[in-house]
Amino acid sequence: MTLQTFNPEISTEPVIEIKQPVITVKDVNVFYGDKQALKNISLDIPKNKVTSLIGPSGCGKTTFLKCINRMNDLIDICRVEGEILVGGQDIYDPAVDVVALRAHIGMVFQKPNPFPKSIFENVAYGMRIHNLTNSKSELGDRVESALRGAAIWEEVRDRLDQPGTSLSGGQQQRLCIARAIAVEPKIILMDEPASALDPIATAKIEELMDELRKNYAIVIVTHSMQQAARVSQFTAFFHMGELVEHGKTDKIFTSPGDERTQNYITGRIG
Amino acid sequence: MESTHIVQSFDRDLEKIKGLLLEMGGLVETQLADAITALVNRDSKLGKQVKKSDKPINLLEQEINEKAVRLLALRQPVAADLRIIVSIMKAAANLERIGDYAKNIAKRTSVVVKCPPVGSAANTLKRMNTMVINMINDVLDAFIADDIETADAVRLRDEEVDLVHNTLFRELLTYMMEDQRNISPSMHLLFIAKNIERCGDHAAQIAEQVHYMVAGSLPEDKRPKSDKTSTMTLEVDQN
Amino acid sequence: MTETFTRKTPELARRHAGEKRFQWLGKAAITIAIGFLLVMVGTISWMGVGAFKQTQIALDVYLDPQEIDTAAPNKADYGAMVKKAQRSKFSDVKKHNDKRKLYKLLSSQAAFTLQHQVADNPELIGQTAKIWFIASDDVDMFIKGNTNVDDSGNAGKLDKKQLQWIAALKSTGDIRTRFNSSFFLSGDSREPELAGILSAFTGTVLTLAVCFALSFPVGILAAIYLEEFTPKNRWSDLIEVNINNLAAVPSIVFGLLGLSVFLNTFGLPRSSPLVGGMVLGLMTLPTIIIASRAALRAVPPSIRQAALGIGATQIQTVFHHVAPLAMPGMLTGAIIGMARALGETAPLLMIGMVAFIVDVPGSVLQPATALPVQIFLWADSPERAFLEKTSAAIIVLIVFLIFMNLIAIILRHKYRQRF
Repeated sequence: MTLQTFNPEISTEPVIEIKQPVITVKDVNVFYGDKQALKNISLDIPKNKVTSLIGPSGCGKTTFLKCINRMNDLIDICRVEGEILVGGQDIYDPAVDVVALRAHIGMVFQKPNPFPKSIFENVAYGMRIHNLTNSKSELGDRVESALRGAAIWEEVRDRLDQPGTSLSGGQQQRLCIARAIAVEPKIILMDEPASALDPIATAKIEELMDELRKNYAIVIVTHSMQQAARVSQFTAFFHMGELVEHGKTDKIFTSPGDERTQNYITGRIG
Repeated sequence: MESTHIVQSFDRDLEKIKGLLLEMGGLVETQLADAITALVNRDSKLGKQVKKSDKPINLLEQEINEKAVRLLALRQPVAADLRIIVSIMKAAANLERIGDYAKNIAKRTSVVVKCPPVGSAANTLKRMNTMVINMINDVLDAFIADDIETADAVRLRDEEVDLVHNTLFRELLTYMMEDQRNISPSMHLLFIAKNIERCGDHAAQIAEQVHYMVAGSLPEDKRPKSDKTSTMTLEVDQN
Repeated sequence: MTETFTRKTPELARRHAGEKRFQWLGKAAITIAIGFLLVMVGTISWMGVGAFKQTQIALDVYLDPQEIDTAAPNKADYGAMVKKAQRSKFSDVKKHNDKRKLYKLLSSQAAFTLQHQVADNPELIGQTAKIWFIASDDVDMFIKGNTNVDDSGNAGKLDKKQLQWIAALKSTGDIRTRFNSSFFLSGDSREPELAGILSAFTGTVLTLAVCFALSFPVGILAAIYLEEFTPKNRWSDLIEVNINNLAAVPSIVFGLLGLSVFLNTFGLPRSSPLVGGMVLGLMTLPTIIIASRAALRAVPPSIRQAALGIGATQIQTVFHHVAPLAMPGMLTGAIIGMARALGETAPLLMIGMVAFIVDVPGSVLQPATALPVQIFLWADSPERAFLEKTSAAIIVLIVFLIFMNLIAIILRHKYRQRF
């Protein structure tokens, strides 16, 4: 009788097969000055799924997220090598207009950051600058549908003219999501969207994400293992600038292929 | 796991539950051994004792379940940690079933000792039982040591128990055909044999659980089964 | 158990004593500061409040229709009429010397006062009218009690005889003090009783207007560009250091710069609020840039990320979101800079705004002076009465400063937005 052998050192292939990816990342290296923040990252982001990026602080997951909508451009010393294909187009191609790119890839930040303007204006602003609407009534309709899409319409319909900053933290974050989806992106990036929220507000955001993924591809950075497990279908584990493991979330959280993933998600000292 | 948990109290809780499982395993092994000893020595007093020893085993299983559920709720373990706790709960359930079978054996012993002995069946049962007890012992060792190879080996040893069971089944059928007075004790002995065979299955299931716990997946090959008693017939009008 | 929290250990007592000591010192410091401030403001108010009052003397003037040509009333010799009225009031004065002393009771303005009265009320011609004339500064000082009768019977420049006349006027109720509107409505004068601050005040307003128009937009745009658009490298560091240094350059250096560049090279009109404003603008610029950059830096980066994240361009991000949020801070910085410019004298001296200006400037190109310069000039004058004027002008300057700061506070509140 031959025994089935198991060797945890031989991990499953970090890159898994994803059909029709919305984002294809090929051999991306990111440098901050001399320091390399990301090493040879290759990863596909699937359509209509939530992909969560996990890893210890400083592992490069937020850097990776910011590469996708080129928010890293704002950092002078940041340099990106490799290819990130969105809809088949390399977004680091010199011909790519970063403004158009960011309209295509929405972003929601860690701290709710509504503009200190009215709730209506917060959502309408993106549509105004991108000239998405022709008439005032159309603008109103689309603001409503964006707010409905972010599951906050019922709470704010009577006070659209009040400042967005008057809302609670969870409402502010949903307002920010409404603002992001108002410009009709294909992809939504979320950088720890619920880290500043209480469990109820977090649950609402997570429920919303599940709803949103029907229309968008979502990439979320999170420090909460439970959150990654709850909301995402795919999980990528980053460690020291490397992509250690990428796979289905249920696989990662029940039987991760790599010891480093295992140690991280169980909270062990590797 | 060689690596220690950052939250050390988690490791301590886990060790405590593992200890309870080992304690439970020890009780089950003794109970099973005593049940067969009572049968072989025709000792109805020991049999009664075995019937009662089921209670602490059930209590232990309850305690393990409570502690495991508490750990699940409070620590929300994932990956290997999650698999350990799930495996412990399943192993405890399996051990509890083995305990139930031992109790059943003891019950039947009280009937069997009133009848004349049937051939060497009791000794065969003892041999079979020792095999199962060794399996339980080994699989629990493997459980503690995360020893997937031993666990897989234990899982395959269940086949040998099945083979002995087949032989005993045929033997007892023969006794029953020879003499109608043998039917009553033989029937009980058959059930006892079946019980021990089931205990072997449970030990094998624990072995599979150890495999899952360590590797994150159940063994891919099908467990070889040689229990033919469900389909076995004997030609009565042979001579 | 309870004793753990109630027992006073020496160590704990020492720590509490230290805290009390510090609080006491703090209170003492504030008391001293407020004390100094009160002394300064108190003295200035005490000394200056008299300047808001004016001493007037009433005379019955016969407006002889033969002297005054109704077609051209301005050509009449009103001075003679005033003198005649004075002589008729004190008919016992015969000596030429005494007559001169009598005339000196009134300000040299008296003839003009009469002329204006006649021009405004032509029906007075041919009648004897009781008209209030501004008293001379010596009489003014005596009436307000700033000069006292000494051992020889004189009070300041007034001698015994003049004091007798004043006493006589007092007894008939022909001498009074009234609110000094001419202090606010007239320009500078050699005669203290006639000197006003309107020209200096207007000069200051015009200068500050030029200063604001120049330094606010330039300062804010420079700050926005430096803060939001320039890459951080050695050049931007160098610029930053230089701006910070410029803010500390003595103001007289800016005055010299204005003199050599604006006046000598560009040939702009000397003493004009335009040049003064430009010099003060240059001086204020670093302050505004530094304050504006601090205000921009205080805008949380999350706002920029939010705007950029939905595809706003850098310019849209800055002008739609960042600058409006920084506006209260920028305005405060600008007004603080303006307040500093308001009090500047040295650079204005260099570009000739120290001139004796009687007329109120009508445009930024006409010669003007500024309030602090006016204060400087008056403080330098020998006449006793100018002391009062100096203090009064300082009060006006301080009120103006408070007013500007009030505007700053109101603007801050109006534009303040939560983020």
